[in-house]
Amino acid sequence: MKIAFTTKGVYWESVMDSRFGRTEYILVYDDETKELTNFDNRSINNEAHGAGPKTAQKLYELSPDILITGNGPGGNAASVIQQAGIKVFIGASEMSVKEAYEKYKKDELEGF
Amino acid sequence: MKEIVIISGKGGTGKTSITASFAVLGGNNVVVADCDVDAADMHLLMQPDFALPEDFYSGELAVIDQDKCTQCGDCANVCRYDAIPVIKKIYIVDTLSCEGCGYCSRICPTEAITNIDLMVGKWYVSTVKTGGVMVHAKLGVGADNSGKLVAKVKNEAKQIATVNNKECIIIDGSPGIGCPVVSSISGANFVILVTEPSASGLHDLRRVYELVKKFKIKAGCIINKADINNEVTGEIEKFLKKENIAHISSLPYDETFTEAMTEGKTIVEYGKNKLNNSIVESWKKVQLLVNN
Amino acid sequence: MNIAIASGKGGTGKTTLSTNLAALFAETQKVVLSDLDVEEPNSGLFIKAELLLEENKFKMMPEWIEDNCSLCGICQDVCNFHAVIQLGTKIMIFPQLCHSCYACSELCPGEALPMIPKKMGVLKHFNNGNLSFIESRLDIGEEQAVPLISQTIQYVKEKFSDNIIKIYDAPPGTSCPVIEATKDADFVMLVTEPTPFGLHDLKLAVETMKELKKDFGVVVNRYGIGNNDVLEYCITKDILVLAKIPNDRRIAELYSSGKLIYNQHPEVRKQLENIKDYILKINQSSTR
Repeated sequence: MKIAFTTKGVYWESVMDSRFGRTEYILVYDDETKELTNFDNRSINNEAHGAGPKTAQKLYELSPDILITGNGPGGNAASVIQQAGIKVFIGASEMSVKEAYEKYKKDELEGF
Repeated sequence: MKEIVIISGKGGTGKTSITASFAVLGGNNVVVADCDVDAADMHLLMQPDFALPEDFYSGELAVIDQDKCTQCGDCANVCRYDAIPVIKKIYIVDTLSCEGCGYCSRICPTEAITNIDLMVGKWYVSTVKTGGVMVHAKLGVGADNSGKLVAKVKNEAKQIATVNNKECIIIDGSPGIGCPVVSSISGANFVILVTEPSASGLHDLRRVYELVKKFKIKAGCIINKADINNEVTGEIEKFLKKENIAHISSLPYDETFTEAMTEGKTIVEYGKNKLNNSIVESWKKVQLLVNN
Repeated sequence: MNIAIASGKGGTGKTTLSTNLAALFAETQKVVLSDLDVEEPNSGLFIKAELLLEENKFKMMPEWIEDNCSLCGICQDVCNFHAVIQLGTKIMIFPQLCHSCYACSELCPGEALPMIPKKMGVLKHFNNGNLSFIESRLDIGEEQAVPLISQTIQYVKEKFSDNIIKIYDAPPGTSCPVIEATKDADFVMLVTEPTPFGLHDLKLAVETMKELKKDFGVVVNRYGIGNNDVLEYCITKDILVLAKIPNDRRIAELYSSGKLIYNQHPEVRKQLENIKDYILKINQSSTR
C-alpha cells in the first residue's frame, strides 16, 4: 500500500505540512518495498489560482492509496481527491512524518 | 509555535485594531503577519520600518509585440473580456481588463503575444515598535486578490518565527469568505472572529464561520461595540453557544479606539481605561484557549 | 445618471450612505439603488420594498462530454487557472476557478467541452413607489464577483431610462470587483472616515479612480472623530468634499437595528441634501 503525506521536508524526521494545496512536499511511502519517495511541490507558490486542484492532480499521478495531512484539503482539492478514490486522514499537524505514520497505524487519526 | 488568525467577514468591526493590540501585548515573543493585503492598515499602528521590500508577482498579462503583429485581429476575436481594443489600427492590451487567460497568446499566428508575470504588489519584512517582526504587503490597484500573496506573507512569518523560536504568529486575516480568507486560515491553530452586533455583522459571522468549521479549527469570538444593540448581541451569544465557539469577550462601543489610532497607538498603549483592561484580559484568555 | 459609491476600506459607511441617499431621492423623484456587493449585499436590510421579480444569473462554463473526448489533455494545458484537470480517463471542471475565457472549449479538437450556462447567483428587483432596488447575490461557493456585477449593471441600464438617477453601492477595496462596479459610472463618491486608516485607504481609492479616469468626490463619515488629515489631504489634492456626516453613537444604533437615519437626524439629512443637490446639478449640466 502507498501512503502519501503533506510535508515540509523529505525525511521521516521532517515536519508535516498542515496544508494541502500549498504543501511544500508530498512524500510517498510504499509499505511493501519500504521505499520513501518525494515530490517537490514548492513551485505551487507561483500559482495565484487553483493551487488545490493542481496539487490534487499531482497527488493522483503519484497514485497513493491514502493521504495523511493536517487540516485537510479545501473544497476544490477535496473533490479531485475524492474522485481519485484516495482516502484522507487528518489531524497530523505539528509532528514528524514518522509520528504521523505511527498515529495512523494506531488508528489515532480522523478520517476526512 | 502557535498560529492565531483574526478574521471578521464584514469590514469595520475593529479586527485590525484588536490584532494590533494583541501584537503589542505579545511584544517580541510574536511575529505578526498582515494578510489583509487589499487594504493593509496594521502598519499604521505598528510603525514598521519597511525593510527588505520584495516584488510580488501574480497572474499574467498579455503583451503584444507590435513588430511581429500583422493586425490580423485573431486575438481580439477570441478575447472574452474586450481587453484588446484597436486604436488607430493598432492592437493593444487594456491592462485593467486583461484577465491573463493566455488564449490570445496561444492562437496568435505570428507569436506576437507573450504573457508576462504581473507585478501586483510588494511585501516587506519589518521590525516594528515592539522590537518584534512584522511581515506585511501592499497590493496594487485593480489587482486580483488571490490566496497567493496571503500565503506568501504567512509563510515568511512562519519561517521567521520558527527559526527564531517565537511563541506564536498573529495573523490579521483577509475580509470576506473567498480564497484570501481560506489562505489566511489554513494551517491555523486558533481563529478569532471579530464581530459587531448588527444584522450584517451577524450574517457575515455565520458565513465566515462555515469556512472555519470546514477546516475544523478551534475558534473564539470577540463582540465589539456590544452595547450598541443588546438584542443582536444576545443573538450572537446564542449562536456562539450553539456552535461551541468560545466567547472571548464583549467590548463596549468606545471612541478611545479611534482616538488611540489617530495617534498611531493601539488601545493598550493609550493609558489605563476600561477598554484597555478588556483587551488585556481578552489576550490572556486567547493564550489560555490556544495552549489549553 | 450613474453614481457609484465606493471606499478603499470596508466599514466606512457606503451602505449607510447609499440607502439613505436613495430614500431621500425617492421623496421627490424616481431613483434606482443597486447593491453590487454581490458577495455580501447588505442594503436590503434597510429597504422596505416589494419583490417584483427574481432572475437567475448565469456564467458560461465548459461541460465535459465524455463520448467526444480523446483524452488529449489540451484542455488542461490551455487553462491558466487550473479549472480543468485531467485525472486519467476523467476530466474534472472547477466552476469557481473558471474565468469563462472559452480557451478549453474552442481549442478542444473533439468538441468535448461545449460552453453551457451555469447558475452563479440571483438578481432580485424590488420596488417601493419611486424607489427601485436591485440586489444581486452570489451563490455560496462562487468566487467570481465580476461577472455578476457586470450583468447587474447591464440589467439596470436596460430596464431604466437614462435620465433616472442610478446609485450603485460598490464592494469595498480596490481590486477587480470594484473596478467593474465603478468603471462606467458618471461620478464616484468615495466614503471615508477621518482617521489614519480612513486616510490611508482613501488614498488607495483615489489612485484607483485616477487610473480609471473617473470624476469623483469624497464623503467624510463619522466626522468629528480622529483628526483633520483627511480634509487637509482633500484640500491639498483639490478633491471635492461633498458632505461631512457627523459622528453620533445614535447613528450606529439605528444602523445596527436596520433602520434608516436621514429622517431621524436633521444634520444627516442636511448633509445628504448637499449631495443630492450636487448630483442634480451635474445631471442637468450633462444633459444640456
